[in-house]
Amino acid sequence: MDSIYIIFYFISSILFILGIKMLSSPATARRGNFISFLGMIIAVTTTLLIVNYNLRSIIFIASGIFSGGIIGLIFAKKVQMTSMPQMVAIFNGLGGLASSLIAFSEIIKSDTTISLNIISVSILISILIGSVTFSGSITGFLKLQSIITGKPILIPLRNYLNFILLISIIALMITSFFFVEYTFLFYILISSCLLLGILIVLPIGGADMPVVIALLNSYSGIVAAFTGFIFGNIALIISGSLIGASGLILTRIMTKAMNRSLANVVLGGFGATTETSNQEVSDKTYKSGSSDDVASILEYSEKIIIVPGYGLAVAQAQHSIKELLDILVKQGKNVIFAIHPVAGRMPGHMNVLLAESNIDYELLLDLDQVNEKFSQTDVSIIIGANDVVNPAAKLDESSPIYGMPILDVEKSKSIVVIKRSMNPGFAGLDNDIFYNEKTIMFFGDAKNSIDSLTKSFKELN
Amino acid sequence: MNNEIYLIIVFVMAMMLGYELIKKIPPTLHTPLMSGTNAISGIVIIGSILVITSSSSLLINILGFASLLLSSINVFGGFIVTDRMLEMFKKPKNQGKK
Repeated sequence: MDSIYIIFYFISSILFILGIKMLSSPATARRGNFISFLGMIIAVTTTLLIVNYNLRSIIFIASGIFSGGIIGLIFAKKVQMTSMPQMVAIFNGLGGLASSLIAFSEIIKSDTTISLNIISVSILISILIGSVTFSGSITGFLKLQSIITGKPILIPLRNYLNFILLISIIALMITSFFFVEYTFLFYILISSCLLLGILIVLPIGGADMPVVIALLNSYSGIVAAFTGFIFGNIALIISGSLIGASGLILTRIMTKAMNRSLANVVLGGFGATTETSNQEVSDKTYKSGSSDDVASILEYSEKIIIVPGYGLAVAQAQHSIKELLDILVKQGKNVIFAIHPVAGRMPGHMNVLLAESNIDYELLLDLDQVNEKFSQTDVSIIIGANDVVNPAAKLDESSPIYGMPILDVEKSKSIVVIKRSMNPGFAGLDNDIFYNEKTIMFFGDAKNSIDSLTKSFKELN
Repeated sequence: MNNEIYLIIVFVMAMMLGYELIKKIPPTLHTPLMSGTNAISGIVIIGSILVITSSSSLLINILGFASLLLSSINVFGGFIVTDRMLEMFKKPKNQGKK
């Protein structure tokens, strides 16, 4: 390759790095995304200048980019913000599949011998990670979309099964070096990898999906980097490793926010182990109130913290909450939002949902920023959240969520919980907050409850 | 310098750089970060082009085309949806006036 082309690939890599760096502040993030896009255009143009064409390849390339672009555009414009986890899951999967297809065609091309070098090892690793990413992501998507149950699907002896499968895959990879002419070996290899991806994701419960999506996001980058090794292309290697690192960091943030190890998530069965603990639903007493009761609490409060959970997104209540926020701010109340890292269905999901309804991102505080503020807060309003405010995470060593960092709502002077019923939340756990003497339960669907609360509050003023 | 070793050095350095860069991204922007990295992972579009143009075998051309189609979806879909999200993160000017 001419060194002039390497310089262009290098420039495009620099643009990706700059683009990601500019994501560190909401003020520059949009421009950063555009700069990454420029990097992509430079990388693709450079490639188009290097290669030799015939009529067929020109038609294939032009129609592929055009139709892919149209499909991508439609996806991007139609998707609802609540469905972002599904979209990212699908895109992770597409990236994995694209890389596998590239690796597979490299195998078909070199049908005589494969020698043991970085290229052939990268081809095999691309097939492994790419296929696992693809089938795992599609399984994750089906779960998120509730096409298959979000509950963990537990196959007996699954961990042994996966282990045996992985060993067979490695054995197949080694064998394929000596028997390249037998293409069917590669079909077996690919099928085994696809099966492994499905088996890894099936037992993982809906609450753990943020971890899985972040991890598969990382894989989709790592596989791109290995594709880069196949072609000796630095733009692929650099951008692939950036994505790989990004996914790994997000995975760590998510597992930390749930106080669980990655192994614990992947070995699965979170939802299954907790089924016993919700049986002791008690005769403990709780207070419930109407929208007028809650409105009068708000009337006498100065400092208010709203704690949104996924229930808010399910009820599509983002816009109702903005209306309530506006009227509270108009009455001179100090309102902020407390966002737990696992409040949505993927990292940062809740922030996007609230930003969509025009809520200033500076009002959205994360765990560390907000926890010290609860003690000076008059009322905390918990909307459709449960586990992220459950004090059992601090007090009850037998609780499955013990050790998970939570929002300290119990330190505020009073608490309002907006919830559909007394049924336990996602992890199936009861929550002492509901029975706290400072707490008022306000039953109903998040959207209707907030709307009626806004109405009651308007009548008071 | 040996080409393979040089590529591995690039790989490791880029991983470390990525770690430092992404550590600084606030949780508020984690979802756009993920869709943005989806878009960047569409960089395998380069590999697809190299596959299509490297062989006259129809099978390989078709495999390359499929891969090109998928990675183009990632590139365009990823960048456009990320832009759509980041547009919502601009500062609302008429806060509380509604």
